[in-house]
Amino acid sequence: MYTFDLTDEQRMLTDMVRRYSDRILRQVYREAEEAREIPREVIEQGWELGLLPASLPEDYGGFGEYSVLNGALIAEELGYGDMAASMELLAPNLVASPIYLCGTEAQKQTFLPLFTDVVYPKVASALLEPVVLFDPYHLRATARREGDVYILNGEKAMVINAPEAELFLIYAHDEETDSTQAFLVQGPTTGLHVGDREKWMGFNALKTYRLRLEDVRVPAANRLGGDAGIDIQRILNSSRIALSALGVGLAKAAYEYAREYAKEREAFGEPIAHRQAIAFMLAEMAIDIDATRLMVWEAAWKLDKGQNATHDAYLAARYAADVALKVTDGAVQILGGHGYIREHPVELWLRNARSLSTLLGAVTI
Amino acid sequence: MPIDFEVPEEIKNQSNLTQMVAEQVMRKYSRYYDEHEHERPWEYINFIWPFMKSMEAASLKRSLRQSQSNGHGGPSSTHGNGKKKVGSFQVSMIHFIETLSWGDAGIYLCTPSSALAGAAIQAVGTPDQKERFLDRFTQGDPKWGAMAMTEPHAGSDTSAIRTRARLDPETNEWVLNGEKIFVTNGKLALEESDGILVVWATLDPELGRAGMRPFVVEAGTPGVTITKQEHKLGIRASDTVSIVFEDARIPYDNILGDPELKKAETKTEKGFKGAMKTFDASRPWVAASALGIARAALEFTRDTLAEEGITIPEAAPYHQLSAIQQDLLQMEADLKAAWLLTIRAAALMDAGESNSLEASMAKVKAGKVVTTITQKCVELLGPLGYSREFLVEKWMRDAKINDIFEGTGQINTLIVARRILGYTRRELK
Ligand SMILES: Cc1cc2nc3c(=O)[nH]c(=O)nc-3n(C[C@H](O)[C@H](O)[C@H](O)COP(=O)(O)OP(=O)(O)OC[C@H]3O[C@@H](n4cnc5c(N)ncnc54)[C@H](O)[C@@H]3O)c2cc1C
Repeated sequence: MYTFDLTDEQRMLTDMVRRYSDRILRQVYREAEEAREIPREVIEQGWELGLLPASLPEDYGGFGEYSVLNGALIAEELGYGDMAASMELLAPNLVASPIYLCGTEAQKQTFLPLFTDVVYPKVASALLEPVVLFDPYHLRATARREGDVYILNGEKAMVINAPEAELFLIYAHDEETDSTQAFLVQGPTTGLHVGDREKWMGFNALKTYRLRLEDVRVPAANRLGGDAGIDIQRILNSSRIALSALGVGLAKAAYEYAREYAKEREAFGEPIAHRQAIAFMLAEMAIDIDATRLMVWEAAWKLDKGQNATHDAYLAARYAADVALKVTDGAVQILGGHGYIREHPVELWLRNARSLSTLLGAVTI
Repeated sequence: MPIDFEVPEEIKNQSNLTQMVAEQVMRKYSRYYDEHEHERPWEYINFIWPFMKSMEAASLKRSLRQSQSNGHGGPSSTHGNGKKKVGSFQVSMIHFIETLSWGDAGIYLCTPSSALAGAAIQAVGTPDQKERFLDRFTQGDPKWGAMAMTEPHAGSDTSAIRTRARLDPETNEWVLNGEKIFVTNGKLALEESDGILVVWATLDPELGRAGMRPFVVEAGTPGVTITKQEHKLGIRASDTVSIVFEDARIPYDNILGDPELKKAETKTEKGFKGAMKTFDASRPWVAASALGIARAALEFTRDTLAEEGITIPEAAPYHQLSAIQQDLLQMEADLKAAWLLTIRAAALMDAGESNSLEASMAKVKAGKVVTTITQKCVELLGPLGYSREFLVEKWMRDAKINDIFEGTGQINTLIVARRILGYTRRELK
C-alpha cells in the first residue's frame, strides 16, 4: 500500500531535530563557517538529542532500532540546518553503523556501547583517499596479513575528528581477499599519523584531516566482521542514503530561502516572484526536491525491509547530488548579486552542495 | 499510515493480465495503427471492453454508495469511527495506464470507457446524473466518453471559451452553439457508439470563469456535427476531432452539478472548479501514460545496447561510467522520480486528501521526462532509433502529447508555482 505519512514517533523525532536545526544550527552556521569551527556546545546539544543511541537496540545499550529510513528523516532535518554541523554530529554514525551492520557479535558488544554514552564519542572513520579516481571497491590503502596481524599502509582524506579519536575505522584493500575491508584501530598507535587540517570549498566549520598509515599493525581480530569481513556495499548503501537526505534538506533550505526572498524583493514595480522566469524556477525546485525525497525514502524503505536496494540508493544519490547543486545554484541566481554576498546563506549552501557529488560520487559510490 | 512503498496486492494480481494485453493486442499493432490513422484498433477495443465494463460498474457503484453516505462523490469516505478509508482505485489506474501505454499510448487512448467525461460526472454530477449517464458504460457494446473544453481560440486559457449555452424557457432545454476542437474520442463517443460528451460552455461569456458550466451531450443529438478528424505527430491511433454545435438542444437536467449552479445569475466559480477537480484525477493518468512510453523506450534502448555489451552497472564510481551509461542512469533516475511523484498524487486522492499540487507536479515532471527520455533514446540508438523499422521514433512522437494536453507543461508549472508562492492568478499570470 502506498502511503507517505510519518508515524507519530517519526513526527516527534523530526520535530525535535527540526527545532535543533532552527534554533541552534541556523543561528551559528555563518559564524562557525567564518571561524572554521563549530562551537563545542552546539555538537553537545545535538548529541544530547540521543539520535544515535535511538538507532541502536537495547542489546547494545541503545533504546531503539536501526532504521535507514529514520536516519534519512533525521539527516534531512539536519541538512536543513547546516551541513558542517550535521556532518560532525553524524560522523560517529560512520563508525557505529558499519559495526552494527557488519561487526561480529564480540565487536558489537565491545564497541557499540561507546556510542550510547552521554558524551560525544571520540571516533573517526577513514574511507576517502586523496586521489582523483577514487574507487571504494579498489582502495589504494592496503592491508597485508602477517600471522595474526594486519599491516596497513596508505593515505586517507576527509577524516572528521581525527586528532581526538581513540577509535578509528580504517578501510583498506585486503590483498588476501582482493576486497575492501575495514579495521578497528585504537589510537594513537605507531605509524598512524594525523596530518594537517584540510581546507575545503564549503563546510569550513567541519574539521577534517589527512591520515597517513605507515605499517600500522592491527590485530586480526579487529578486522570488522572477523573472518567473514564486511560487505562494503551494505555500508555504502546506508551512508549514501544519509548523505542524499542531507542533500534534500540542504536543497529545501535554499529553495525556501529563495522563495521568501522572491516574494519580498521588488523589481520593475512588483515582487520578482510575480515573474514566471523566477516563479517557474521555484516550481521546478519544489518538484525536484519532492521527487528526490521520494527516491531516498523508497530506497531506505527497501533497505529496512532487507531488499536489495543498491541500485535504488545509487540512483537516489545521483539525483540528490544533482538536485542539491541545481537548487542551490538557482537560489543564488534568484537572489542575484545579493546571493553572491556572504551576508546571505545561499552562497555557502551552493559551496556545500558542490561537495555532495564528491562525497557521494567518490566516498560512497 | 507509515511510509510504505509496497505495491498493493490487487495491483500485483492484475499486472500479469495487463502486461499480456499490452503485448498481445497493443504493441503488436503499434506500427499498423501509426500508419493507418483513423482506423480503429478493434483487437484492443474488443478485448478490453468486458474488463472496462466491470471496472465502470464497480466505480459507479462505489460512487453512488458514497454520494448516498456523504452527499457527494469522492474517492474515499469517512467511516463512523472518523478514520479515513483508503481506497486504491487511483493507484490501480496508474499502474494499469502505465502498462497499457507501455503497450501503445495511442491505442490506450482508444480505451472504451467513460474516461474524462466519467471523471467530470464523478466529480460534480448528482447521483441521478451518474446513474443516467454512466450506466451505459457497464453494458452492451463498447462506448466512449469524451470531454470538450478546448476551442480554436481558447486552449490554455479555458476561461476564454465561447461555446454558448442558452436556456429555452419554452421547452426547458439548453441550446448549445459553438465549436470545440481537439476532442479526444469525440467521434467514437458521438458517432461510432452510444457514448457521451461533456461539453464546457458558458452561460454568459462576460462572466468568464463564473459563467462556465459542464453539460452532457449524448450521441445522436441533432445539431452536433463532427467537422474534422486531425492528422497528428503521434498517438495516431487516437481519435481527435472538431465538433460544431448548431442549436443543439439538450434536456435541462444535462447540466452537471447541483441545481443552484444552473442559473446564470449564480456568479459562482463552482463550475470552473469542477473542471479543475477532474484534473486532479486525470493529470496523474496522463503522467502514468507518459511514463509507460518512457519505460518502453528505455527498456528497448537498454536491451539493444546490452546486445552490444553496454550495460547499466548496479553502482559504480563515476569515472568508470561511459557517457552512454551515464545517460542510461540519468534516464532511469528521471523515470523513477516522475513515477514516485505520480504514485504519490494518486495515493493522496485515494486517501481522500487534496492532491491538486501533487497532480500538477507529477504531470510537469512526467511530461518533461518522457520527452527527454524518448528523444535521448532515438539519439543513442542512431539509425535504429530514427528508423521506422523500430518503434523508438514513434514513441518519441507519441511522448510529446503528454507535455501538451491536460494542461501544458508550462500551465502545470504555473499551477505549482502559484501554490507554493500562495499567489492568485492575478499575481502570477
Ligand atoms: C491530441 C490532442 C488531444 C487533445 N484532447 C483534448 C480533449 O479531449 N479535450 C479538450 O478539451 N482538449 C483537448 N486537447 C487540447 C489541449 O488540452 C490543448 O491543446 C492544450 O491545453 C493547449 O492549448 P492550446 O493548444 O490552445 O495552446 P495555447 O494555449 O495557445 O498555448 C501555446 C503555448 O503557450 C503556452 N502558454 C499559454 N499560456 C501560458 C501562460 N500563462 N504562461 C506560460 N505559458 C503559457 C502554452 O504552454 C503553450 O506552450 C487535445 C490536444 C491534442 C493535441
